[in-house]
Amino acid sequence: MTVALPASSARRGLGIDLSKPVLIAFAVILFLLIAMPLSWLVLYAFSSKTGAFTLDNFHRLLTDAAYLDPLLTTFALAILTALICCIVAAPMGWLVARTDMPLRRTVRLLVTASFVTPPFLGAIAWELLAAPNSGLLNQLYRELTGAEQGGHLFNIYSFTGLVFVISCYTFPYVFVLVANALDRTPGDLEDASAILGGKAWDTARRVTIPLALPSIVAGALVAFLQAMTLFGSPAILAMPAGFHTMTTKIWSLFQFPPQPELAAAASLPLLILTIVLLRAEHMVLGRRGYSVVGGKNSEPRIVRLGRWRWVMLTAAMLVLMCPVFLPYFALLNASFSKVASHLVSINNFTLHNLHFVFYELSATKLALRNTFILGTLAATAGTVLALVIAYVHTRQAVRGYRLLGFLATAPVAIPGIVLGVGLFFTYTRPPFVLYGTLWILLIAFVTLSMPAAYQQLQSAFKAVHPELEDASRILGATRLRALWQITAPLLRTSVIATWCFIFVGVIRELSAAIMLFTSETKVLSVLIYDLNESGDLAAIAVLGLLMLVLTFGIVALANSLKFGGARRLSAP
Amino acid sequence: MEGSKISRRNVLVGASALAAGAAFSTRVVSAAPPASAVTPALIEAAKKEGKVVWYTSVDLKLSEQIGKAFEAKYPGVACKVERTGAERILQRIGQEYTANVHAVDVVNSSDASHLVYWKDQGVLEPYVPEDVAKFYPAEHKDADGTYASFRVFLCIIAYNTSMVKKEEAPKSFADLLDAKWKGKIVKAHPGYSGTIMTATYQMSRDLGWEYFEKLAQQNILQVQSAADPPKKIALGERAVQADGVEYLIFQEKESGQPVEPVYATEGNPLIIGPNGLFKAAPNPNAARLFQSFCFSPDCQQLCIDIGGLRSVHPQIKEHTGRTPLSQIKTMKDDAAAVLKNGEQIKARYTKIFRV
Repeated sequence: MTVALPASSARRGLGIDLSKPVLIAFAVILFLLIAMPLSWLVLYAFSSKTGAFTLDNFHRLLTDAAYLDPLLTTFALAILTALICCIVAAPMGWLVARTDMPLRRTVRLLVTASFVTPPFLGAIAWELLAAPNSGLLNQLYRELTGAEQGGHLFNIYSFTGLVFVISCYTFPYVFVLVANALDRTPGDLEDASAILGGKAWDTARRVTIPLALPSIVAGALVAFLQAMTLFGSPAILAMPAGFHTMTTKIWSLFQFPPQPELAAAASLPLLILTIVLLRAEHMVLGRRGYSVVGGKNSEPRIVRLGRWRWVMLTAAMLVLMCPVFLPYFALLNASFSKVASHLVSINNFTLHNLHFVFYELSATKLALRNTFILGTLAATAGTVLALVIAYVHTRQAVRGYRLLGFLATAPVAIPGIVLGVGLFFTYTRPPFVLYGTLWILLIAFVTLSMPAAYQQLQSAFKAVHPELEDASRILGATRLRALWQITAPLLRTSVIATWCFIFVGVIRELSAAIMLFTSETKVLSVLIYDLNESGDLAAIAVLGLLMLVLTFGIVALANSLKFGGARRLSAP
Repeated sequence: MEGSKISRRNVLVGASALAAGAAFSTRVVSAAPPASAVTPALIEAAKKEGKVVWYTSVDLKLSEQIGKAFEAKYPGVACKVERTGAERILQRIGQEYTANVHAVDVVNSSDASHLVYWKDQGVLEPYVPEDVAKFYPAEHKDADGTYASFRVFLCIIAYNTSMVKKEEAPKSFADLLDAKWKGKIVKAHPGYSGTIMTATYQMSRDLGWEYFEKLAQQNILQVQSAADPPKKIALGERAVQADGVEYLIFQEKESGQPVEPVYATEGNPLIIGPNGLFKAAPNPNAARLFQSFCFSPDCQQLCIDIGGLRSVHPQIKEHTGRTPLSQIKTMKDDAAAVLKNGEQIKARYTKIFRV
């Protein structure tokens, strides 16, 4: 039935329905977006300087300690981050989803705040907090304990420091997965366990934890991938400490004299590992089905914490100090302090940093403008692309819809810096010389945001029954018209949410942008990274806060439209 | 005949003969073109273009101040400062020119070998500002007129006076190898900074690579820009800088921060930062105007007074309270040798310091 319908509609549409060429065009676009950079990447990886086929690049990668060390460091980093994220985020997810802990909504909001905080900004803020000598926390420590000059509690310029900071901005991935899974898991099974006399701990051990386990494992894999492919935080914290990760190594291979062949070869392990891990995640999450099978779903069972309520809230807030409260405080302090490592006081207060960033720094205006243009264009193009593909996929509108869905999800397996390298190869040569224009950045941002946007819109489409569209089509509308007049209004809120989501993603993207920008196409994240290399912390603090204000503005806008839209939809 | 005619017109009319002048100067001439004064016609033509793009490795605040001073003197011509490390500038311009992106008008690099490299590539435009022709010593300008020493400074040791007593402060590079400095040193990177690239060449030549091998055992904080160590010691993040630009130490010290320069007894790396303009400059007239401005006494004095740089313009007065350049033992600069050994130096440094 479901197979027959699209086939017949396609035949009927021939000649008058524009949908088919449009769909083919989209498939071609997607294919070009993803296949071209990756082909160049693979080609370069197997090329010598003269362009002949060789395996030397891989040989060097695996035998030279300068490349092997970063590879091993990256693994250790990713594994530790994944572990820490699970240990911290899974109990937190349970607390907000399944207990009567106070301020659960606030905790969720604060996790969202750490989610949208760009990791490189967090890393710089943690430099202000925990650099061994000038860090605010270490100064406080010496003040309190009377420790000598040089004595410190934290050293952020270290492997542990890097793991800590990356975990701060990666744990939300695990948190969201676990909290959502627990939100959806019905309480029946736990009730059954309780009725049969299981104690709270037995129920947790034998029912709740096994039910949450797939999402925890999936979260661990996502955290692993994030830590493995992140560029900003290691560049800011690892290089001062005297070590590289894979991403910083790849990037350093582009410094003069550039070694693009080695960079391409070094990118491939990241790409392959990502694909393998995503398959694994898919298998793990694919089994999740069993947790929600069953008759009517009951409300999740809420565990009463009793007097532990406030203890748990304190613990959650202590965790949130690390990604949100402390870093934001450090940035705010540095923005208005004459010396970034001193607390603002009456004789230390200054507005000069603001003045410098907005009136003297000639790159500010350009970077803001580029970020806005790219954010708007990428969000719009990305949403349209994802919308069409999600539609085609859920309605199975053309043959080969599976391929479209696959293509839209594929970029999830391409780390930002790897895509950056691939795009650099593709668009610095004829016939498409896009390097030096905003287009190349637009392509990168659209490609990187496609999987998440597609998934969001696909689940939105699934929620809208095709009957309404079918009715419109029976009354003579073309597929595009039905889509525009019937489906689009129903999906409005999801579309706006997706748009905002991509926009926020563009603001915080650094790892692809760092490979692709030129002086005329600098964006805010690159500007902040540039300033960090010359140690201009005060200017970074001001720009960072500006970036956060922009981000939260967009998130708030998305939320208000979402709620407003929902009300309007349910009103009639 | 033909050549001299065009070249004369180039001087007289300035703007209008640009295209011809550029084509002509590619290979034929081996001597610098005659000096160019700032004419009303040049200012007018620059205003029509509206802006000049300056890629520079001068510390951000100073480079923006230079830009603002230019804008104040020539209203209607905006100066867009693109600041990053000199080695990054080399990489950036390389990538941009490969992709046929011509964004840069004037370049300033703290690695003088870059100017030699670009000149060899044939991408620099010969242009000699009046001040350069009249006042600059021969060793500070290219014989073919493509660049001249915009700024001169040293790469030095310095320390935080509230963390280190004067009598305990290091006096030489060798002193930094003492165990008491372990974990207390900040150092910049030759893969980013032209200053450090130049200094690494001079120091490895005069002190040997063993110095760096031993320094790498001192648990240093490795930053990128040579402008960063002065900021890190002013913050109190590290007690001593093993290298970093002298001019920011002056700036920090004179604004009341607890830092003090040290002139190492072995001699101090001398850094020369030339300015040059590109043939394919998108704003050729504004580029000429800016190049002339950069070497004018106004700009040079500004670089000294608020910037803390040195100048080879003989009309410029050194700042009181700073040790005059003539009294400091310097190492000899050798741009040609840096050009020849640059890649090796970077590779060796990366091997020793692991980043």
